[in-house]
Amino acid sequence: MRAAVIVFPGSNCDRDVAVCLEAAGAQVDMVWHGDTELPSCDLMVLPGGFSYGDYLRCGSMAANSPIMREVVARAGTGTAVLGICNGFQVLTECGLLPGVLMQNRNLNFVCRNTRLKVARTDTPFTHLYAEAEEIIIPVAHNEGNYFADDETLKRLQGENCIAFTYAAGDNPNGACLDIAGITDASGRVLGMMPHPERRAEAALGGEDGRRLFASAMERLA
Amino acid sequence: MSAPHVNDTPITPELVAEHGLTPDEYEMIVAHMGRAPNFTELGVFSVMWSEHCSYKSSRKWLKKLPVDGPQVIQGPGENAGVIDIGDGDAAIFKMESHNHPSFIEPYQGAATGVGGIMRDVFTMGARPVANLNALRFGQPDHKKTCHLVAGVVSGIGGYGNCIGVPTVGGEVNFDASYNGNILVNAMCVGLARTDKIFYAAATGVGSPVVYVGSKTGRDGIHGATMASAEFDDASDEKRPTVQVGDPFTEKLLLEACQELMSSDAIIGIQDMGAAGLTSSSVEMADKGNVGIRLDLDKVPCRETHMSGYEMLLSESQERMLMVLQPGREDEAAEIFHRWGLDFAVVGELTDTNRMVVVHEGEIIADMPLKPLADGAPEYDRPHTATPALPALDAQALTHPLDLGESLLRLMGGSEMASRRWIWEQYDSMVMGDTLVGPGGDAALVRVHGTNKALALTTDVTPRYCLADPVMGGQQAVAEAYRNISATGATPLAITNCLNFGNPERPEIMGQFVGCLDGMGAACRALDFPVVSGNVSLYNETNGRGIMPTPAIGGVGVLDDLTKAVGSAFANAGMSVYVIGETHGALGCSLYARDVLAIDTPAAPPPVDLERERAHGDFVRAQIGAGHISCAHDVSDGGLLCALAEMCLPQKIGCAVEISGDHGFWFGEDQGRYLVAIAPDARAAFEKAAAEAHVHIAQIGLTGGAELTITDAMTISLDEIAKAHENWFPKLMGF
Repeated sequence: MRAAVIVFPGSNCDRDVAVCLEAAGAQVDMVWHGDTELPSCDLMVLPGGFSYGDYLRCGSMAANSPIMREVVARAGTGTAVLGICNGFQVLTECGLLPGVLMQNRNLNFVCRNTRLKVARTDTPFTHLYAEAEEIIIPVAHNEGNYFADDETLKRLQGENCIAFTYAAGDNPNGACLDIAGITDASGRVLGMMPHPERRAEAALGGEDGRRLFASAMERLA
Repeated sequence: MSAPHVNDTPITPELVAEHGLTPDEYEMIVAHMGRAPNFTELGVFSVMWSEHCSYKSSRKWLKKLPVDGPQVIQGPGENAGVIDIGDGDAAIFKMESHNHPSFIEPYQGAATGVGGIMRDVFTMGARPVANLNALRFGQPDHKKTCHLVAGVVSGIGGYGNCIGVPTVGGEVNFDASYNGNILVNAMCVGLARTDKIFYAAATGVGSPVVYVGSKTGRDGIHGATMASAEFDDASDEKRPTVQVGDPFTEKLLLEACQELMSSDAIIGIQDMGAAGLTSSSVEMADKGNVGIRLDLDKVPCRETHMSGYEMLLSESQERMLMVLQPGREDEAAEIFHRWGLDFAVVGELTDTNRMVVVHEGEIIADMPLKPLADGAPEYDRPHTATPALPALDAQALTHPLDLGESLLRLMGGSEMASRRWIWEQYDSMVMGDTLVGPGGDAALVRVHGTNKALALTTDVTPRYCLADPVMGGQQAVAEAYRNISATGATPLAITNCLNFGNPERPEIMGQFVGCLDGMGAACRALDFPVVSGNVSLYNETNGRGIMPTPAIGGVGVLDDLTKAVGSAFANAGMSVYVIGETHGALGCSLYARDVLAIDTPAAPPPVDLERERAHGDFVRAQIGAGHISCAHDVSDGGLLCALAEMCLPQKIGCAVEISGDHGFWFGEDQGRYLVAIAPDARAAFEKAAAEAHVHIAQIGLTGGAELTITDAMTISLDEIAKAHENWFPKLMGF
């Protein structure tokens, strides 16, 4: 699998996700946001961080970076996209995924492990998880409170686009329907607030995140 | 008619005093200059000779601290200290205060404190890998406390989270002495290769002096002078001297500097911190024994009509000064421009040993460098030792609460309650190498791509330092040593941040001298030298000083991270031992303060440095041998609170089979650890202790969901957890 990790000014989980992708066996290209051409790849990754310092609105300026035109175009032809945390915010800002990520309900940044329920397993990112399996993945964000209008939420449910939810009682930000991550209808575009790359080896406390990269490696290679 | 020039301002005794200079100091400046300084020159001298930049009250005593060791690559005097952690890797670290700005404007004060200390570390070629902090606030119910806690925590998180460096540890105390003077001490630790370390010294006459980073504005002018004065009720008016941070720009600056540092274009580099362009250019030129000429018309500014005086003294953040190899300017400019940062050649090195500043075509300052850099007077201020206090008379005490009630009061009180409310607002995991984050003894951060880890901690117990500065100084170093040893790591070196009141008062100066004496003795006894540090004096409001607070930042290394142990019980059926003798020292204990409500001061627990070292060596050896499955330092709250702290994280209880009085369970005798030992390792552990002449005592067995002491106490972990976890959210209103 070839993966392109897009580096925006202010991205800070770009190295972390590249480490996990390489550990899974992928060949990784780091692509500068100002570039206009993407190398040929099977997966595009929008990493976590504070692109453009979160100024204006999280992800909004990154969504207008030159490389994003190419990312959106490739996604349209079926190349898989993974957006983590700030990357999820960019995906909603550029329209590849619906809804918005508002400030956390308690108005504070939150960094801790969360229990997640895997809600969709027929995607290239989640097929190695069991349906309804509970896993632990950490969050670290100030704007992770997923919101969409009722019609959109119904559509997400109807099209089986909710990939991960926070387990009962463990919603850290007030997100609608406890949503932690969603996909497009095809399942090939995944945006999620939790950071699978932070729990992908035993030394860091657990390996639940590793299977996401292993899934992609199996299906997208 | 042209506008009047700032240098037309006449130099009056009042103006000299406003610049924080004494008449004698002014006369020394005139002697060094060979003439009266003009307004700009007076400003430059005043910041370079401020307490903050010149250490004029503290230098005499700082020189007595041990700064050498085979592990030391760079001791105090550079932007940060550097130690060798083996395999060609170096750890670069420092701690610094941002107390005064944080009290006036908590969010920006704390944020720029974090930004400043990170620049000190990455200036030296390191990539910052961990941030820690040491925070002190006023009484929990003081009207400003919640506002200050919320602002400081949010500022620390706002900066560190954005730049993407994990905040992995810290400590927090509350005391009335900090009501008008909170302490915000930030520590940063970075990693570099030992052969790729960058220093400040500028060499090569004619080499270009380059300004990179953000533009210069009027913020923070005279911040260094403000940090060298007492507060009064009008301090809020100083809000405009607090700088404003932009972590996004700092992230770009970090990446651009790292990129340029991978070449050999840089001769010297210095962060523009306190006293901005002035101190960075003076320090670089002085260390290289050259002169410097600056052309202020080339300095990128974000405000118009700034005078040379303002540009020289601005403390705008996220700026660096570099001296480049001649001819490498274009290559360097390309990197900084690509990262969207300003890059300007603003001067050159000369052979004059003078600092010459040109603005709008005329020379506005022309000063000899040596007196600026190290000509500030060194004061031997009068100091009176803190009188020795009697030991607390344990016989005379009556205990108002039983053991369980006392435990709940301490675990749910301001000093010991869980700090989760704080550390969940810090990104403690970014960079993917945090093995142990906040909440344990020392944090463990893997050296990226290796099997090694750094052990990091911040420690000091101000109430001990107040009662007995020498003992308190020793204890702060010893506790850092213990916290690192409890993970299995070898303690290597410390940084410090010495927060005290007004040094012009002999009793405060006596606290300073005493604490440094104690620290020095402990550092020597434990082979734990000081490689960097910072002094913050004048922490007083309306004549009331803070408790002496010499915060220690300790760094150790674990060569094989798979050998690390945690501080919490992980399994039932383990034998729990206490290492070190328990005499029941209640003087200065939290129990005496919060349960007995004793307000007559008493002697703190004594530190026996020889035993401290023996116990540390023993614990590390036993962890290395695989005999210890978890280890925890015994400090605030004594044995029973330490036991509770080991039970709570994984909800594994403990049944204690020995009996003791309140002093036994809550005394804060030093040099102790609690460890859990698997059944099959007990014999080897006990034999090793006997051979090493280390006192150990088995006190109980892990298991269950309660903490029990036979015939004396049974308390569910849920009840302790409730008290422990609820205090902070309740204080902060959610």
